[in-house]
Amino acid sequence: MNKKQKKMLIRILIAAVLMVVLHFVPASGILRFVLYMIPYAIIGYDILIKAGKGVKNRQPFDENFLMAVATVGAIVLGLTQSGDYTEAIGVMLFYQVGEWFQSYAVGKSRRNISQLMDIRPDYANIEQDGALEQVDPDEVEVGTIIVVQPGEKVPIDGVIVEGSSTLDTSALTGESLPRETAPGDEIISGCINLSGVLKIRTTREFGESTVSKILDLVENASSRKSRSEAFISRFARVYTPAVCYSALALLILPPLVRMFLLDLPADWGDWLYRALTFLVISCPCALVISIPLSFFAGIGGASNAGVLIKGSNYLETLSQVKAIVFDKTGTLTQGVFEVSGIHHNKLEDEKLLELAALAESASSHPISRSLQRAYGKPVDRSRVSDIQEISGNGVIAKVDGMEVAAGNDKLMKRLGIDFIPCHHVGTIIHMAVNGAYAGHIVISDVIKPHSKQAIHDLHRAGIQKTIMLTGDIDPVARQVADELGIDEVYSELLPADKVEKVESLLQNKPSGGKLAFVGDGINDAPVLSRADIGIAMGAMGSDAAIEAADVVLMDDDPLKIVKAVKISRKCLRIVYQNIVFAIGIKLICLVLGALGLANMWLAIFADVGVMILAVLNAIRALFVKNL
Amino acid sequence: MKKTYKIDVDCANCANKMEQAANNTPGVKAATVNFMTLKMIVEFEDGQDPKAVMQEVLKNCKKVEDDCEIFL
Repeated sequence: MNKKQKKMLIRILIAAVLMVVLHFVPASGILRFVLYMIPYAIIGYDILIKAGKGVKNRQPFDENFLMAVATVGAIVLGLTQSGDYTEAIGVMLFYQVGEWFQSYAVGKSRRNISQLMDIRPDYANIEQDGALEQVDPDEVEVGTIIVVQPGEKVPIDGVIVEGSSTLDTSALTGESLPRETAPGDEIISGCINLSGVLKIRTTREFGESTVSKILDLVENASSRKSRSEAFISRFARVYTPAVCYSALALLILPPLVRMFLLDLPADWGDWLYRALTFLVISCPCALVISIPLSFFAGIGGASNAGVLIKGSNYLETLSQVKAIVFDKTGTLTQGVFEVSGIHHNKLEDEKLLELAALAESASSHPISRSLQRAYGKPVDRSRVSDIQEISGNGVIAKVDGMEVAAGNDKLMKRLGIDFIPCHHVGTIIHMAVNGAYAGHIVISDVIKPHSKQAIHDLHRAGIQKTIMLTGDIDPVARQVADELGIDEVYSELLPADKVEKVESLLQNKPSGGKLAFVGDGINDAPVLSRADIGIAMGAMGSDAAIEAADVVLMDDDPLKIVKAVKISRKCLRIVYQNIVFAIGIKLICLVLGALGLANMWLAIFADVGVMILAVLNAIRALFVKNL
Repeated sequence: MKKTYKIDVDCANCANKMEQAANNTPGVKAATVNFMTLKMIVEFEDGQDPKAVMQEVLKNCKKVEDDCEIFL
């Protein structure tokens, strides 16, 4: 509780006690009025002042004005007719209780959610003259050696130079299994060092480090407003004035009709009471608070599970996804290719691998990395020159003065070289040396352990279509798709073809549904931004992915996609529940009030009670563990 | 140019009103108020001095909601 809330709580308690006491005081007439005005003033003075200021600033239609008019009206009724002031004070009291609760609940969930996302390191240790000194991470320059002790957060991205340890990455990825690290490993800020002391050479500034980027992203996420939020703020803008004018009409029209048309007594008091009831119901608080709170809680819960959602609008879109397009490599498969065979070679296995590794040495493609792993020796780049990368085909380069071509069928056809097709499933690298065919290397990818489960779960969760795009050859693509249960496959696509394919898929998607693209964020940025919603996975440390995607999965487990979809659906379900519930109850109470069936106590329930229930419901969006 | 300011306001509807008031202030291209993180993100029109514009924004916000604060 902050100071404001404490003060309010004291005012509420004093007013409540006074009301109970006054109930047993047998005063009447003007003395009774004066006595009852004491708790009223205690509980409502700030509302009256705010209402006055609102009128002065020509902004009359706010809840302060409504409450002021409603309670003053009820007091006037008490003064002239019933002598009962408890209703006016009670309404004001309950209104303040509601406001207090709202402020408390919002403050509390604000803190809770911030705590969930609290991965911000407070300091970095620098060793100076044999002693550790704590400095602000902002002041650490790139290339500095920092020391991370067991139990501390890694403050800045870097490379381990000394020490090995296990890291808890759960704050970043939601993954609870600790990760082993050893010297030479890259290490990402935000992880918690569990066992040994680590010395790390920083590779980035604090502001550029993973932890800063993530914090920035999550903190600004709820600023991108969703359609539901926009709807509610528009609704609130019309709703309050509309109800106020209806109240005015309710006060004037029926008595006039009764007097002049029906020849009945006007009953001004009764209609005034009904009009005041209207005013109490008219506050749009419940709606206006619960919708952004639901999104905020949803985004917070998701980030705790390792799913970063960049905005409420994306959370909304994600919940409407009906078709998901996957990139194959790195998304459904591990992207760790292994050389599984060398066939029809005219040279020795070793030599062929060496040439392939050298020719591909400039590429960062997973294939090139696996060639280099299979080669197993350091690559001497000075032996390679004139490297020519032909996107989607392969590479041509000069190695030790020989012209080496390494690539797929297309490259061989392009060069007019006869090649022997391979009957193995995998990625085939045909090799040609000085224009003569030299055999081929088979590289195959491994499917991630959870891919099949993820596709199955997505289908069960109502995703109508799963589609896989890949630059890989058709037989490989089909085999993977069959094994995983994917509905459609498009293979042998160049990066540019993927954008085109996604565009045509966007046009043919299920009506009303949205299309998501899931990729690993490496060289598929254009596709990520073209789809209705782009999901990048395995994004720890990859800036490009964090920039381009709308939803970022911190680790590369495909089951996280299912989780993200479920989180978004739960959140949106809560949002719609709140909208329907709050508007519905208010409308019912308005009708009952107009008919004279609802008294002010019911009206205050419609206002405060609905708000409390909606806020509690909104907080549910935070709990995503068991989805 | 885009700047972020910390704000203090009690109710969500008031935050919406502040957003509207800020958006209607000359020199402001777009403003977003985030009630949950208590932040106001203001995008200024080219060639405007953020300090002077923010004074106006604060004045306009005070007009619609007396009980609010923008930490400039």
